[in-house]
Amino acid sequence: MPERSQNDRTMIEISHVTRSYGAFKALDDASLVIREGEFFSLLGPSGCGKTTLLRMIAGFDNPTSGTIAVDGQPMAGIPANRRPTNMVFQSYAIFPHLNVEQNVAYGLRRLRLGAAEEKRRVEEALAQVSLTGLGKRGAHELSGGQRQRVALARALVMRPKVLLLDEPLSALDKKLREQMQVELRRLQQAVGITFILVTHDQYEALAMSDRIAVMFGGRIAQVASPKEIYQRPVNRQVADFLGGMNFVKAEIVEENGSSLVVDTLGFGRVKTEKPKAFVRNGGGATLGIRPERLRVLWDDASSKFEVAGRVIERHYFGEITHLIVEIPGLEKPLSVTETNDFGADDIPVGAPIRLAYDPDALVALAD
Amino acid sequence: MTAAAEGSQPLSLGRRQRTSLLQSEAAQGFALISPTFIYALVLLVVPILVVVAHSFWTQNYLTIDRTFTLENYRIAVTEPIYLDLLRRSLWISLLVSFFTVVLAYPIAFYISFHGGRHKGLWLFLITIPFWTSYLLRVMSWKVILGYNGVLNSGLMGLGIISEPSTALLYNTSAVVITLTHAWAAFAILPIFVSLEKIDRSLIEAATDLGDGPLRRFLRITLPLSVPGIVSAILIVMIPTVGDFVTPKLVGGKDGVMIANAIQAQFGKGANWPLGAALSVTTMLVVTAMAASTVLIIRSAARMAR
Repeated sequence: MPERSQNDRTMIEISHVTRSYGAFKALDDASLVIREGEFFSLLGPSGCGKTTLLRMIAGFDNPTSGTIAVDGQPMAGIPANRRPTNMVFQSYAIFPHLNVEQNVAYGLRRLRLGAAEEKRRVEEALAQVSLTGLGKRGAHELSGGQRQRVALARALVMRPKVLLLDEPLSALDKKLREQMQVELRRLQQAVGITFILVTHDQYEALAMSDRIAVMFGGRIAQVASPKEIYQRPVNRQVADFLGGMNFVKAEIVEENGSSLVVDTLGFGRVKTEKPKAFVRNGGGATLGIRPERLRVLWDDASSKFEVAGRVIERHYFGEITHLIVEIPGLEKPLSVTETNDFGADDIPVGAPIRLAYDPDALVALAD
Repeated sequence: MTAAAEGSQPLSLGRRQRTSLLQSEAAQGFALISPTFIYALVLLVVPILVVVAHSFWTQNYLTIDRTFTLENYRIAVTEPIYLDLLRRSLWISLLVSFFTVVLAYPIAFYISFHGGRHKGLWLFLITIPFWTSYLLRVMSWKVILGYNGVLNSGLMGLGIISEPSTALLYNTSAVVITLTHAWAAFAILPIFVSLEKIDRSLIEAATDLGDGPLRRFLRITLPLSVPGIVSAILIVMIPTVGDFVTPKLVGGKDGVMIANAIQAQFGKGANWPLGAALSVTTMLVVTAMAASTVLIIRSAARMAR
């Protein structure tokens, strides 16, 4: 996939936005800058405030305090129907009494473009989502995937400055979902519109986004590229939400501006990069290592960095095997994923095992 | 022992067959509707057949001549008085259904979209007038619209009129007002149900695509509530054509409707066959009017895109 040239122009600026319902804060002092042409994801478990934030950008909800600006224009007081944003709803919200063409043309009708221009733009939008020729289909004659495409075309045809997607793929089955992830990303690159995706699916966010904001309990925990979020999560919560993570207790030996030296029982003395949000809480710290960053050492193979233990559980997942390995000195067993090309699926439970790791894979986590 | 075993064998078989018969879904369905079905057959279909049969016969003083004739229908569709009454009845029922729906829609809309947690309470409040008898409600309109009635006294008290108006009661509009009030709840409920069924995200989607409140009402809410409007119209229109208590009590001489003439033929007029022919004619005309109203509304909704 060719990388689209991205500029640094701010498209959306969210500053200190809070949304309270009585004593409950659905969103708590959220600040965020989203750039023009960016594919940005709001990721978090249900109830984390991601949908609330999206709906406030769309204008269906208003901040209790704080401001939202789209393309430099403050959105306070501007109703949803006059905002330069369009939305793909989770339920798709296809108008049941209209056919595909009429659904897509819905927002254009008001602009009075003339029949020919309107038709041209509808055709163009249908082609973008690969629905050419289905214009006369009734809303009830569409499959789930087709409904999703109609919803997308209906929003794109308006040429919004920002396209908002509220869990657009959650209603599709796994195969179609994966196919749509690729298509959606490709479409975004082609049209160059800023996309904001709300999702609770970490893989979806990782696969599609330029940047991700991870949210918990109404607060934004981390904003970074997928790779950085995955490899350098700022805290345990983020690390735990995105994929599996082994947590290892550590003692801080030395702390300076950018690095941290810690002692662990299983992994010995390790020097790691200090996360920006790291706050020292006594002498203890937590180190994290992803299950796939631990490698099984076969036979006589050895590594400069290795730990030894015993397999206590084995789970087979087709292309990978998930091993639970007990390491003397570690309070919790390590979880390891290994591809099945060398026979990890045949390692007997109870067998002694040695695991290699890269010290760079160990990250310090704020609690 | 043996005898008992032999005796019990066929019994248990028979029972098993009976249960399997009752377990078939069709049989259960028929069993469920049969009391209502028999009731409807005896009290609805049979009387209608009797009426239809009578309409082809002739009254011969006290006896009925059962030779087939279309004479009653000729009278029913050519005699000016019956045509006039029929036309007036249809007009009144059309007006009543129109006003009922126009007045019921905002109420149903309010309850559905702004009722919040109190939807049930609102619906309950709407049914309260129906706790009194229909006759009493009609009589109370007499009290409101009458010569010394509430409305006249009120208007006089405000100095708007100097003497009581007689234009309020005993005419067509009195019938329309009374019937509209009487049928309001029956129109509110189907409209409310159809509004409740509208997915609110559709309205948000219309907003998102640039529509203000009026546009999204006309383009989304109204077309999607057409089924409710249609059933409200049918529920109101069909029975009001045949209403005879209301015109009798508040209609005066201008408010007489076809049902009053039919009643007269079965009563004082003592011409059952003519009464029957008038009934059948009315039924057919009402069916035609209801069907065309439904078609017109549906095509209007289709135009609204």
